[in-house]
Amino acid sequence: MEKFRANLMLCAGTGCVASGTMKVKDALQEELKKKGLADEIKIVLTGCNGYCAEGPVMSVYPDEVFYQKLTVEEIPKLVEEHFLKGRPYEKLMFREPEKKTAIPLMKEIPFFKHQVLRVLRNKGLIDPEKIEEYISRDGYQAAARALTAMTPEEIIKTVKDSGVRGRGGAGFPTGLKWEFASKVKSDVKYMLCNGDEGDPGAFMDRSVMEADPHSVIEGMIIGAKAIGAHNGYIYVRAEYPLAVKRLQMAIDQATEMGLLGKNILDTGFDFELGIYLGAGAFVCGEETALMRSIEGKRGMPRPRPPFPAVKGLWDKPSVLNNVETLAQIAPIILNGSDWYRSLGTEKSAGTKVFALTGAVNNVGLVEVPMGIPLRRIIYDIGGGIRKGRTFKAVQLGGPSGGCIPEHLLDTPVTYEDIVATGAIVGSGGMVVMDDNTCMVGTARFFLEFTADESCGKCTPCRVGTKILLDMLTDITEGNGKEGDIETLQDLAKDILTTSLCGLGQTAPNPVLTTIKYFRDEYESHIHDKWCKAGVCRNLTTFVIDEELCKGCGACLRACPSKAIIGEKKQPHKIIQEVCVHCRTCYEACKFKSIKIMPAGYDAGSPEKAEEVKTGAPEGGTAKGEA
Amino acid sequence: MPRLKIEDLQKIKEQHRAEFTLREGGYRAKVTVHMGTCGIAAGARAVMTALMDEMAKAKSTDIIVTTSGCAGLCAKEPLATVELMNQPPVRYCDLNEEKMREIFREHVLGGAPVEKYALVVGSETTY
Repeated sequence: MEKFRANLMLCAGTGCVASGTMKVKDALQEELKKKGLADEIKIVLTGCNGYCAEGPVMSVYPDEVFYQKLTVEEIPKLVEEHFLKGRPYEKLMFREPEKKTAIPLMKEIPFFKHQVLRVLRNKGLIDPEKIEEYISRDGYQAAARALTAMTPEEIIKTVKDSGVRGRGGAGFPTGLKWEFASKVKSDVKYMLCNGDEGDPGAFMDRSVMEADPHSVIEGMIIGAKAIGAHNGYIYVRAEYPLAVKRLQMAIDQATEMGLLGKNILDTGFDFELGIYLGAGAFVCGEETALMRSIEGKRGMPRPRPPFPAVKGLWDKPSVLNNVETLAQIAPIILNGSDWYRSLGTEKSAGTKVFALTGAVNNVGLVEVPMGIPLRRIIYDIGGGIRKGRTFKAVQLGGPSGGCIPEHLLDTPVTYEDIVATGAIVGSGGMVVMDDNTCMVGTARFFLEFTADESCGKCTPCRVGTKILLDMLTDITEGNGKEGDIETLQDLAKDILTTSLCGLGQTAPNPVLTTIKYFRDEYESHIHDKWCKAGVCRNLTTFVIDEELCKGCGACLRACPSKAIIGEKKQPHKIIQEVCVHCRTCYEACKFKSIKIMPAGYDAGSPEKAEEVKTGAPEGGTAKGEA
Repeated sequence: MPRLKIEDLQKIKEQHRAEFTLREGGYRAKVTVHMGTCGIAAGARAVMTALMDEMAKAKSTDIIVTTSGCAGLCAKEPLATVELMNQPPVRYCDLNEEKMREIFREHVLGGAPVEKYALVVGSETTY
């Protein structure tokens, strides 16, 4: 076998590929060859490293140096400096957003330092397209143990004792699910994997499937043995082409090596695994709808009971587990339930992967022990709010979840504590919003999604979400009426309690939580015709506080509709008739001299000018921009 | 690819151990070839190639090789430093391919520093 002195782990996750990994790889290869280093230094394409915001990223081993934002132009210099002369190339190293110094070591970068990797244990460390690399990291050892040395009861007991709960959102104990299915007598059973990740802004499962597909397959083999299944499907959405490709490659390799199919590892156990491509309907993430979809029918949920453990796919006992859940099974079998419980809390054991996005500095994929406060994820790992703005809310659980405000940021991330806030842990989408966000608009955004994705089978969901959406649209367009808030709450409760499946039962959560924590915004939209964040165009008037304005001209240059006039070093003015309320000037002003006032606001008179300064028009309750 | 038996899993793991030592850490020995401009001019490139060749022949799994810049003693280049776990680093000077091979066999694999080529033991004091 050839010998390399360094491994360059270049991220080939979807995010980094989009920002140019493949071109960087070609350039690296060529440059290494040119410098005569091609036989000494190996390039390994890995799955998603998690730090998508800084892509393409690359970790260099054994030096543990982390490079970001690689470009083809910089490669010759990088190769010469680091790989030939051994001097890490500072220009491409990680820099803390607020600081100027370069941090070379991966373990010193806050984004990585605070994470604990279990699900993502192989991310960036193995080439996901080579089964040998997975095996080298103890891959398939757990499956071997489960197939040879453990009874189904022992497997189920270990998984139950570990306390691992379904990571798809509902948090149902995985061991219990397996136990139900194992007790049902049937000659045919199915072991299924849910890779139909549909929440906007969530990409945990995609990353696991891309970076470590064998971990999912191994979890399924163990589950199949536990429940007595010999057939299985991984349901993935077709919009995840890279995940599908790597999963198929992994299944082919595993089958060829006798890790799937007939007589696995000569143990006499059979398990056939296939991929089923979903067309991307959100409702197909619901288990009964997903099973209908695999059967070739329209993806619609059906009432439970009977539960899938009794009557699932083709009416046979079936277990459906989420990608992230399955990826943790192998280490649980290898290390035991106590090891798993060493992180997390009593009721929420282990770690959870979150897709951290939105207004934070470090957008990416993070894995943390359950029970740590939201604040640590957002500030220590996420690096705080972008552009020095202030935090407003964090949206957890996607369209089924809710918005959690600042004063609840010390809430520990456990299934119970998050539900108590009105949100859900969900599959792990975590969207951070800053003070530029209109909460009514946010609720409207999620309702637009659920109303669109409602399958239409049950009336409360089909009609109810549409009415919620219409009312929210009215409010954001300035047509809100007295009593709207109460009607929204009332209707939301009806939808929650009477919908057939999880989609309808959770769809009103964004509305309910934003009313609960940001009721004043709804009120100012309805009563004052004022969107204090300046997002809803019909509900804003942008005016310049002439005392604060330095006349620098930044807003004037930025305005796309030439609505701003003024001489240099003289206070500027916005011509309201021309203004299109795009808030570009608000973003451009460095002196906070642009104020957001209610719709139809006339800043002409001197008294009004005084109001602009304090940001409080008559009758208004708020203090300037939210 | 042949069908695997359970014991094959361990074998595959062993075969790849060297590579994962690089990525996961936990190596026993580290050899640094100083490849500043002076080192390269004096022939560090050939020294490195010889070293990599010995590494491959030895099928070592717990040794890593790295490069660094000028060590400050340009007159005695090519230089290389050998560090064994829990032992002070030994710096060798005026190397060529043959000397490097010998050092690899005697010191890195055998554990006995090659005194005749050694320049110093230990490293400079840093504050």
